[in-house]
Amino acid sequence: MKLKTILMGTAIAGVGSMAFAQDMANDMTLVSWGGAYQASQQKAYVEPYLEMNPDVSITWDESSAEAVAKLRAMNEAGNITWDLVDVVASDAIRLCDEGLAMEIDFNEMLAEGDDGSSAEEDFGDFIVSDCYIPQIVYSTAAAYRPDLLPADAPAPDSICAFFDTETYPGKRALEQRPINNMEWALLCDGVPKDEIYNVLETEEGQDQAFAKLDTIKDDIVWWSAAAEPPQLLADGEIVMGSSYNGRWFSAIEEQDQPFEMLWDAQVFDLDGWIIPTGLPEDRLARVMDFVRYATDTQRLADQAKYISYGPARASSAPLVGQHAELGIEMGPHMPTAPANSENVFVYNYTWWADYRDDLDSKFQAWLAQ
Amino acid sequence: MSDATQTGPMLAADGRPLKASLNRALRRQKIRALMLIAPLLIFILITFIAPIADMLFRSVENNIVSDTLPRTVEALDEWTYASGEMPGEPVFDAMFVDMFIAAEKKEHTRLGSRLNYQETGISSLFRQTGRDVGDMAEVYEDQFDALNEIWRDGAFWAQLMGDPDWFENAQGAEDDGPRFRINSEMEDRLPRTAEIYREFARYTQNAEGDNPVEERPWPLVHAMLYADLTEGAAIDAYQGFGAAELLAAKEAVPGFETQPYRDAFLEVDDDWGNVEMWGTIKAYSGEFTSGYFLNAVDRELTPQGVETLPSSQSVYLKLFWRTIWMSLTITFMTILLGYPVAYLLASLPMRKSSLLMILVLLPFWTSLLVRTSAWKVLLQQQGVINDILVWAGVLSDSGRLIMINNQLGTIIAMTHILLPFMILPLYSVMATIPPSYVRAAKSLGGTNWVTFWRVYFPQSVPGIGAGSILVFILAIGYYITPALVGGTDGIFISNRIAYHISSSLNWGLAAALGTILLAAVLVLYWAYDRIVGIDNVKLG
Repeated sequence: MKLKTILMGTAIAGVGSMAFAQDMANDMTLVSWGGAYQASQQKAYVEPYLEMNPDVSITWDESSAEAVAKLRAMNEAGNITWDLVDVVASDAIRLCDEGLAMEIDFNEMLAEGDDGSSAEEDFGDFIVSDCYIPQIVYSTAAAYRPDLLPADAPAPDSICAFFDTETYPGKRALEQRPINNMEWALLCDGVPKDEIYNVLETEEGQDQAFAKLDTIKDDIVWWSAAAEPPQLLADGEIVMGSSYNGRWFSAIEEQDQPFEMLWDAQVFDLDGWIIPTGLPEDRLARVMDFVRYATDTQRLADQAKYISYGPARASSAPLVGQHAELGIEMGPHMPTAPANSENVFVYNYTWWADYRDDLDSKFQAWLAQ
Repeated sequence: MSDATQTGPMLAADGRPLKASLNRALRRQKIRALMLIAPLLIFILITFIAPIADMLFRSVENNIVSDTLPRTVEALDEWTYASGEMPGEPVFDAMFVDMFIAAEKKEHTRLGSRLNYQETGISSLFRQTGRDVGDMAEVYEDQFDALNEIWRDGAFWAQLMGDPDWFENAQGAEDDGPRFRINSEMEDRLPRTAEIYREFARYTQNAEGDNPVEERPWPLVHAMLYADLTEGAAIDAYQGFGAAELLAAKEAVPGFETQPYRDAFLEVDDDWGNVEMWGTIKAYSGEFTSGYFLNAVDRELTPQGVETLPSSQSVYLKLFWRTIWMSLTITFMTILLGYPVAYLLASLPMRKSSLLMILVLLPFWTSLLVRTSAWKVLLQQQGVINDILVWAGVLSDSGRLIMINNQLGTIIAMTHILLPFMILPLYSVMATIPPSYVRAAKSLGGTNWVTFWRVYFPQSVPGIGAGSILVFILAIGYYITPALVGGTDGIFISNRIAYHISSSLNWGLAAALGTILLAAVLVLYWAYDRIVGIDNVKLG
């Protein structure tokens, strides 16, 4: 009798969990960038989600930097092991183009904004691809150390301070790739902002940008990891540098470094999720459930408590509050804050998709000269 | 007579020729030996050799063009770049069909980015055209719809174009149903329509897992039906299913609004009139290409032939040369620094030498990143060494040395990191040199130098050989350290390979660069074998 009950119980439990497993998988692999950014995702929505769904287990893979290459390889091997991948917009566009990322029906798959707006309205202009769910807006911005600049020099208020080695002597750090640097060079060579990509499209325009960069070539320390410029600036190796605004925030506010932000001509970019194509139904169902939760108005606003990146939903902006540990207001540190975004440079994704390879080889050749 | 028996084959006890029976015994032994190593051999073949071979093969593989644009490639056969004229209408017709199918399968952008490596702008041209190509075909779809609504019915199309047996089984079947078979009569009467409908049906079944009976065919199928009908398809004698509708359509098509694809393409983008662009497609239409290898040595395959890239774009030869000479420098530095250490290790008493050994091995066990970062702290301009020199008054504060983010930084850091690979083989060889030789040389009147140079050093050469091969081959493929401390003029070719694998996704070029690097190592290894002799190398 007793044995029978136990057997029955096990059978029922078995059937129950089987049915559940068919609906939604319980394991999920999220891909992100590691570091402070991934920690903000973990705290803002992964931990709350796990609390609501105790059966689920989430594995992080810190491979976002090579996400396109790895997804392509997985696709060729016919074995997609990732469920949700955090990538920058240009990579998302490439993945979408190649059919490696799933198309998103925004209004259907994502939550409405808290203010009642549809998801599509809420994300607005940040929807740059059919496959891409933006989470945050970050920017590549500059920072400098006032104590390392000559005492009589005025505080730099323009990105062109990078090209003015007379007023501001010392090394400056720039990212080792043509993107952003070519635009800044032209901007500081007198090309109007809305003309830049037209000029850069021509041979002469590219030469003009390289010629401008040539004037400071010997003073540049090139970085390839965004953590390098804050480190170099803290060591006094450079007097100014470009990096992601979140890196500067954590150096300035969390580590009390004597840096000043130089928001002029900051370049906006997006970071968000793509769902790989070809996921089995149960895994897809789990991912959809998670994404709906993780990208709603409150969750995106929560993420801003841990890192100074602006939420991609318009409805999240009013909810952005104080830093979770430091208690400072996060609003003024966002790249999207009115005082910071007086002069913003809008990066042209489709243009770079075409010219990236060509300009990169020219850039490498220029570096080697 | 007797001579003949003597020169005949020698026989074994069982009457077989001795040679054959010996061979048999040997063969059995060989097979047994092979069986013993088989698991390891198969493992290495599958997990190591095969992936490398596959990767190397990508350096010449180029079937993406002929797979994605098969009809265009064929149509371009008659066109030559030298004519300087835009290809004619047939090429655009073929391009329209290929582009439509590729866009449905989402293959056109991948091809676009592949061709963009050769001709900037093709990527966006293909992306843009892929978006608009659907509209071009809808002109015909709409007109067929207006003629008779049955032309939008998936089941009608399936019954018309499919084999009758197949249609019977497919009707009402679950999921994708039985594998599609084309109606052979339709293949004769409406060849182009049949070809595209089959493509549609197969794609619907294989990629989307749907039953063609329930799916409305692509607008392209309508466009092809229009083409077949206007070209005078033989359907007048056709009696089968849908005969009436086909005849009605045939009568109506002369009144249809037409869509010249050439004009439509040029309207999407002027670049379709660019001869250069067509030349690039033609130049890269083969199954295999030398294009990646040419790129890897700063050449380019253009429609006019092979051209040398201008110096503003050539990087790779310079990088190959730099990788080789810096690796040689690093190898030489490790010999210079490692030899005395290995000598001490081999000659000191046991207790002291094991302490020294630990000092050699400790950094060897430390993470590569930690060691590289430590060099950063030491060498940077505000770093420990510069600080000490300034404090000691050797340098002025403004004259701090630049020792990192350049070639010097790479050489210093890599020499340190690779030092154990020189010291350990050197030590293991030196430990086997009997000290009595040196004593004997000295007792025969040799000075310290002569004893070392004529007696000790020659015996330690195999260790130098082994260490040099190890260090050089490791150095030539190094990439983390140059990336971190190399700045712009201290990076290696492997950094560009990594870039093309993970960022630009130009895997063909990465494979070509990798193949050249591998070949260079093999050639150097061969040269080394000829000069020093690989038998003289001892690893322990």
